[in-house]
Amino acid sequence: MSAEDLLAWRPQEELKDLPKDGPPSPSDDEAGSDGERKHWKLLEAISSLGGKGRWKLAERSEAGMHASEFSVGSAGKLALADLLQAAEPASSLATVKRQLKRVQVKTLALPASKEEVARVQREAAFHQSSQALSKWEPIVLKARQAEQLVFPLQKEPAASAPLEHMLRGWTAKTPLEREVFHTLHQHRQPVRDPLLTPVERAARQAMSLEEARTRRAALQRARALQSYYEAKARQAKKIKSKKHRRVVKKGKAQKALGERGPLPEGSAPSALEELDRRETARVMERMGLKHQSRGKRARALAIRTRYEPKARQARQDQLARNKELMQKHQAPDSEEEEEGGLLAPDVDQAQTDPTGSNPWMLRRPTSESREARIPKGPDLLPEPAALEDSASEQESPGADKDTWGKESEERQPLQERWEPSQDAEPVGPQARRDTSHQEVVSEVRALSQKLSKRGRPSRKKPEASSLGAVLPTQSSESMQTKVELGRENYPPDMELPRPVSGGPRAERIPEDQQPGVPRKQRKEPIIDIQNLLTASPPPGTPWAPEELEGDGERGQRQVIMEAFAGDDVIQDFLKEKRAVVEESQPKAVDLTLPGWGEWGGVGLQPRAKKRCRFLVPSPAGPPRKDGNRPNVIISETRNSSMAAHQVHVLPPPFSHPQQFERTIQVPVGATWNTPRAFQKLTTPKVVTKPGHIIKPIRAEDAGCRSSSRSDLSVVQRAPNWLSTQHRRNTDRAALRP
Amino acid sequence: MKVKMLSRNPDNYVRETKLDIQRVPRNYDPALHPFEVPREYVRALNATKLERVFAKPFLASLDGHRDGVNCLAKHPKSLATVLSGACDGEVRLWNLTTRKCIRTIQAHEGFVRGICTRFCGSSFFTIGDDKTVKQWKMDGPGSGEEEEPLQTILGKTVYTGIDHHWKEAVFATCGQQVDIWDEQRTSPICSMTWGFDSISSVKFNPIETFLLGSCASDRNIVLYDMRQATPLKKVILDMRTNTICWNPMEAFVFTAANEDYNLYTFDMRALDTPVMVHMDHVSAVLDVDYSPTGKEFVSASFDKSIRIFPVDKSRSREVYHTKRMQHVICVKWTSDNKYIMCGSDEMNIRLWKADASEKLGVLSSREKAAKDYNQKLKEKFQHHPQIKRIARHRHLPKSIYSQILEQRVMKEARRRKEVNRRKHSKPGSVPIVPEKKKHIVAVVK
Repeated sequence: MSAEDLLAWRPQEELKDLPKDGPPSPSDDEAGSDGERKHWKLLEAISSLGGKGRWKLAERSEAGMHASEFSVGSAGKLALADLLQAAEPASSLATVKRQLKRVQVKTLALPASKEEVARVQREAAFHQSSQALSKWEPIVLKARQAEQLVFPLQKEPAASAPLEHMLRGWTAKTPLEREVFHTLHQHRQPVRDPLLTPVERAARQAMSLEEARTRRAALQRARALQSYYEAKARQAKKIKSKKHRRVVKKGKAQKALGERGPLPEGSAPSALEELDRRETARVMERMGLKHQSRGKRARALAIRTRYEPKARQARQDQLARNKELMQKHQAPDSEEEEEGGLLAPDVDQAQTDPTGSNPWMLRRPTSESREARIPKGPDLLPEPAALEDSASEQESPGADKDTWGKESEERQPLQERWEPSQDAEPVGPQARRDTSHQEVVSEVRALSQKLSKRGRPSRKKPEASSLGAVLPTQSSESMQTKVELGRENYPPDMELPRPVSGGPRAERIPEDQQPGVPRKQRKEPIIDIQNLLTASPPPGTPWAPEELEGDGERGQRQVIMEAFAGDDVIQDFLKEKRAVVEESQPKAVDLTLPGWGEWGGVGLQPRAKKRCRFLVPSPAGPPRKDGNRPNVIISETRNSSMAAHQVHVLPPPFSHPQQFERTIQVPVGATWNTPRAFQKLTTPKVVTKPGHIIKPIRAEDAGCRSSSRSDLSVVQRAPNWLSTQHRRNTDRAALRP
Repeated sequence: MKVKMLSRNPDNYVRETKLDIQRVPRNYDPALHPFEVPREYVRALNATKLERVFAKPFLASLDGHRDGVNCLAKHPKSLATVLSGACDGEVRLWNLTTRKCIRTIQAHEGFVRGICTRFCGSSFFTIGDDKTVKQWKMDGPGSGEEEEPLQTILGKTVYTGIDHHWKEAVFATCGQQVDIWDEQRTSPICSMTWGFDSISSVKFNPIETFLLGSCASDRNIVLYDMRQATPLKKVILDMRTNTICWNPMEAFVFTAANEDYNLYTFDMRALDTPVMVHMDHVSAVLDVDYSPTGKEFVSASFDKSIRIFPVDKSRSREVYHTKRMQHVICVKWTSDNKYIMCGSDEMNIRLWKADASEKLGVLSSREKAAKDYNQKLKEKFQHHPQIKRIARHRHLPKSIYSQILEQRVMKEARRRKEVNRRKHSKPGSVPIVPEKKKHIVAVVK
């Protein structure tokens, strides 16, 4: 702001709007006399009287050449010396006048207007306060970008300083304290942090870094080894395997033996005694049951049994003995038990106790046994009866038992073995009766080996034959009665049901019993499975309760099948897929124009040749993705119903669709993320504690310095100025209506 | 016989107490959890729907005033206490937990124009049409005592607004000028004026406490500095500003509630362009209050509704209205960021939830986790059209709805006209004025 700005009343501005053709303004020749001015005024007045543009009288408010000292203008040309005009008569002032003329005087600027001053003040204050505010800028930015804000913002109370820091400036004052410190000093005990005695400090300093490192490494290694062994021992302790335990025990024994050392040489009797004891122990061990089949000798014996009857006998004896020893003593309850006591427990029970309280009886029959049950007619069952006497006559119970023991293992091979014997020459009943069971078995084995060499795999008829394998050893009377009962169920003229896959024995045995019946007739009746399934089982069969159960199940299945009778889901799906595939294949374009080049008329049909010619086959499309997958339909066409759920416009923060897609594809849920990641991903942006008052942010909370001066003190520092301003304002307010 | 047994570490499947949920071993193989996007989308959709289902924001109505509620004030130390002043000069104190009026004072003759509490919560000030400023004790009078103000200041002119300093024993009133009062004195220690129009509201900045903002009926907003006892800057808008509110977390941000149905958020340092223009109301906005977290604010309007705006969004996220609520004159956001109170013409103070579908009360950790997850899902899928549609859907009273439609038509017409003018005049002669600049007439230094 300069003085020129303030001078609103300058003549130049005043006279600016004079017409262009008018005379030069008087300000041009300021030196002009008063008379000229008056003349000019007159002229102006006259011209304004006549013209349309009536000019206002230009007033001059500043001092002219003759300025009085009472009204000092600030027009540029006024000289200080002019002020002395009033004092003209005094000649003594001439020198003063001359001096004053020499003095260069600068004109002072007018004081600014009140509005101007206020504005400048306001601008300065605004600048100041916005500077004060801009210290909040980083805090605000940080809060806006924060991942999570937790309100209220009050900081936790500062942690208390450690005791050592508190004690730094503290000295012992009381006599007791002084005494304590004296003692401590005497014994060179540490008083302050770090709490190391001089000896310790010296030791710490004595060890070089390298040394310390090696030592530390050695210690670490030792510790690692220790922990490793500990872990190993712990693991070994947990092992439950009996075998392992046995091995461990043996190892221990060996160790103990080793500890006992070599044979004492000096004293002969003691040495002999020791030798004897060890030998006895070894023999005991070798004769133990655990070496019966796995030892070297046992294996060799097993091989030899095939060729040498003696060896075979020896082995049989051993096995029999073994079984005998293994047998647990049972209280003889009934005759049956005495008789069949040596049977394998499961068969024994199955046969003796069909409906009893034994829970194992009620177990669901395996598919094998169910199949096996089918032919359990009198046709099949006589076999044991036929065999029975032979078994009871000749075979010792031990031997029988023996075959049973093997039975379970050899069942499958036996099935295979029995099958080929169909082709082989039939063994007569008498011969079979004569030979012992073992012989039969061995013979069969040999046969089967021969056949298996020929390479005839046989999978069929396993069940019946297995049953056949089982049955010969069933030597109970009850069994026979059952068989007879079962036979009675069928009328004599009717063919008895037979197993579909009846084993050779099953066929053979009735032949033996009824030699007169021609073979053809026996083959004739084929069992109808449906018939069998629905037929009631012979009474007294051990599986009867389960048969009923199975029936219920089947009924249930039938009900379901009936309910969903027309529901062929798979066929429907295939049909659907076929339709989709057909639809997706490109169609040939028919370009025939009916009637073109032909006589028209009703019912016109383009000729086949023509149709063929104008049928444009379209190229085959790309192979279908589900071509190799029969159980899926992959549609590659766009599903228009999905469009309503899809985003059409890229939302603002993203610049590329891929970015957006990627953010959407990252799952947030706990199904796809670990709990920690889930927690992290779902942190809310703003967390407030319920029931807590959230106060406005303070400089202390934000971590920046706050002004310590209170606003009030600042206001009250200059009360005079304020009060005057207030008075002025209130006066003004009072003046207004 | 060798029996093979399963052996497991019980720590892996046994819970510590019976109150724990069962441990479920998890396999995070992505092949086992296919279709993550569609599944999460459906979850988000369900969460959005449930949010709308549970959006029941109205909690209580505090009735007892015998005239329209003109002003509200929060207690600075107690969440449960609210003060309200009515148009018949009655001041009431309310307990929000019991939803009962705990004290009634006939404070003034005529309107109670303004009410504010002292920062320590020991007393409060009221101003009224009877040209007085009265200070009252927060605790009621003892038995036998009469209800009397601690102090009464008789002014020369009517005071229209009052606010208390956030830290010191100073308060400011406005009427024909802004006066700063020391509580101990009966005359103001400082008066500031700029122009000669009546000032309708004055507010202290809660962070930089020496700053004040006021709005006058000559359409301007004036900022003052109490320390230097001078106004700082003035911004003139299209229409009158009814009140302003400072952001409690951002020192230089305030929001002005304007008569032209909009709210303007300003950065104090750059007044020529508002940071954000918030528009959704269909009538004059009468009051505005920030949430204590500074992320949102609530505005009360003459159109009988209150709206919640995020600070950085120009459209509201929520609108609250009831059939009986008339022109809403004053609104406050409680200090725990949970509730909103509004006082309206028809003598009631209403209590709303700030988050319409929030479950009140203590949440278990699982509930909290589910809430956070749903919130995250809603945020993640917010741009999907179905979810956006459901989340935005609000039922509005017919008057507001039709007004919105009408104003949309008006706005469109105005826009079309401008486009046409621009099309048919010399290029550059009709400049494109952004919405933010449109409503600012001038900034006076």
